[in-house]
Amino acid sequence: MFAPDTLPLIFAALMGLSILLYVVLDGFDLGVGLLFPFATPDERDRMIASIGPFWDANETWLVLAIGLLLVAFPEAHGEILTALYLPVAVMLIGLILRGVAFEFRAKAPVAHKKPWDVAFWAGSLMTALSQGFMLGLYIMGLRWGWAEIGFALLTAGALAVAYSFIGAAWTILKTDGALQLKAVHWARGGIWGVVLGMGAVSLATPLVSARIFDKWFRFPEIVALAPLPLMSGLLVALLWLSLRRLPTRDDSFAWFPFAGAVVLMVLGFFGMAYSFYPYIVPDKLTIWQAASSTESLSIILVGTLFVLPVILGYTVLAYVIFRGKATRLSYD
Amino acid sequence: MDTLLLSRIQFGANISFHILFPTITIALGWVLLFFKLRFQFTGQRKWMDLYLFWVKVFALSFALGVVSGITMSFQFGTNWPGFMQTVGNIAGPLLAYEVLTAFFLEAVFLGIMLFGASRVPVWVHTLATFLVAFGTTMSAFWIIVLNSWMHTPAGYELRDGIVHATDWMAIIFNPSMPYRLAHMLLASALTVAFLVAGISAYRRLRGDTDPSVATGLRFGLITAALLMPVQIIAGDMHGLNTLEHQPQKVAAMEANWETQGNVPLVLFALPDETLRENRFEIAIPSMASIILKHDPAGVVPGLNDFVAADGTAEHPPVAPVFWSFRVMVGTGMAMLLAAWAGVALVWRKGADALPRPYLMALTAMTFAGWIATLAGWYTTEIGRQPWLVQGVLTTKAAVGDVASGMVLSSLLAYLAVYVLLLAAYIGAIFHLARKGAGFQPAVAPALQPAE
Repeated sequence: MFAPDTLPLIFAALMGLSILLYVVLDGFDLGVGLLFPFATPDERDRMIASIGPFWDANETWLVLAIGLLLVAFPEAHGEILTALYLPVAVMLIGLILRGVAFEFRAKAPVAHKKPWDVAFWAGSLMTALSQGFMLGLYIMGLRWGWAEIGFALLTAGALAVAYSFIGAAWTILKTDGALQLKAVHWARGGIWGVVLGMGAVSLATPLVSARIFDKWFRFPEIVALAPLPLMSGLLVALLWLSLRRLPTRDDSFAWFPFAGAVVLMVLGFFGMAYSFYPYIVPDKLTIWQAASSTESLSIILVGTLFVLPVILGYTVLAYVIFRGKATRLSYD
Repeated sequence: MDTLLLSRIQFGANISFHILFPTITIALGWVLLFFKLRFQFTGQRKWMDLYLFWVKVFALSFALGVVSGITMSFQFGTNWPGFMQTVGNIAGPLLAYEVLTAFFLEAVFLGIMLFGASRVPVWVHTLATFLVAFGTTMSAFWIIVLNSWMHTPAGYELRDGIVHATDWMAIIFNPSMPYRLAHMLLASALTVAFLVAGISAYRRLRGDTDPSVATGLRFGLITAALLMPVQIIAGDMHGLNTLEHQPQKVAAMEANWETQGNVPLVLFALPDETLRENRFEIAIPSMASIILKHDPAGVVPGLNDFVAADGTAEHPPVAPVFWSFRVMVGTGMAMLLAAWAGVALVWRKGADALPRPYLMALTAMTFAGWIATLAGWYTTEIGRQPWLVQGVLTTKAAVGDVASGMVLSSLLAYLAVYVLLLAAYIGAIFHLARKGAGFQPAVAPALQPAE
């Protein structure tokens, strides 16, 4: 029904899409958690209200991504996850703390609220850092040496900063008044972190991986690749300009930092995807070598093609229903 | 300890913690829909109060279920890579369909169900409530399909040691699936019935006379009293199905060593695997034969039939299966008794005038469903050992090559988190019960916003 050679490619693309959606969507709500220490208790409630209806579905993209890896590339799934055993465990505990703190901070006795806020922040931090750490180790070919760990620590910091930035941009979009102003200040600081982080990782990546160096600086591909860094640079400049003028009196352009952050993440993602292709386990297994049987991939693809548009549809619906500035959350 | 044992304990700990919360949300979603529809049709405030109280418990349980479920999806890769490498062609699509048809549905519409009541028309909110309940049930369906397939694999062939699917209908409707699904859905309904009854009893004991308390008691007790006999029948049918497909598991459940007729029903024993006999046995003659074969002389397979020529056991460890089965049945009997006694008391005295000792007993049984459900899962899962997929893949062959120290450290971290969260969860539910849902003044927004 489907050509055996294109199926792994389709699944790699689907997995990439879920990872991208996860990084953008859970990125902003993780970022909100990372910014918790800078906010007052009242502001925290407002920030929680801005992500309340979404965080659960956002996290599901991670489950889909890991599910697709498991389903379409079982061999790579085992190889990658056993190599990343410890950071995965840290991330899972972070996700657990964060997800439950969300509920407990409102439902447990008032005296327990502060510890749950700390748990929410700590869980977000553990999740962001461990994801960045895994990304770094993955770029380095899943080897545990001192140089690799050093590089992974760099990407861990960079990703946490990037999440904080998009979190601040989300807060600018979803709030107003003093909190919005505060978020603009966070974003102004955060953008330098993003520039430093993305710059450092981009500089270090080709230096530590000869294969990626070759892919980046080979002629004529370099011409086709040039727009990626150029567009990123332009976008950073626009973001910086907009953040100097925000918040505006009629709240126009409050959407811009968030949109800019999303595009920046998309550009970074395509840079990464280009660097790794066609490997799924770096320098070891290509997507064709790791793919599961054609029959199994076909039966999942049929379902996916029907269901994914529906999922995207009702996800958009949820964002439309909860559009506008975040108000106090309540069940009635 | 070695990596295999540690990985098994870790998986057991993770899945035991995880299953507690879906067990509540699967049925509670439908219960919420029921409360909401009752309110829409009768206009009685108490139904809305019940909805608003239990939706908080639902949100809390759902969050715990989601985050502990994410842990599960990573565990396959981090600790059991052999599982997906061998049966990935079957387990993969089933898990993918669970994510695609269930996870997104429940997660997205949960947001609308929890926070959208004032932003969407009533019918959309009711629809969202329905879709969340439907999503949790779909999720249960797919995962039970996969689990049942691991017990009674069908519709596959082995090529070069890798399982390939040949017939998807046979895979989905594998022999034990309908029984296991029915047993689990009923377990979920009973767990929720006792949760609702137990928390309502606790509120009544604390002097809460809100009409929703009496209605909650009546609802929980009647549901439990009706479903408990159905569950016993479903469990019996599930057991007969197991006898047909996994006789070694039933032999371990009954601690029956020799294949014979007139097998006694062992009430108490310390099964000893080195001597291969029961110590301190107390038994009812021929009763196991009557239950399993509906005939006192019925021949039931014994454990000694499942020993390899070199003496290694090819049956599950006997004592854990034997005892967890007894814990399940014992808890179930206590639940039956409590539910029927409760309905009789409600009938004679009314739900407002239940005696205090009975209310205390009911409060103590708030989480009785959890105990029975966990014990039941231990029976069936330990009962499948030494296989991970019956007759296809052993647990030992699937474990990942991870240093035991790493598994130990992650296991200890998980256990610490789980103990803390379980205490916080139970504490939060009783805290909500003390706050009540009814006509008490609303808590000041600055203190308790962002539910």
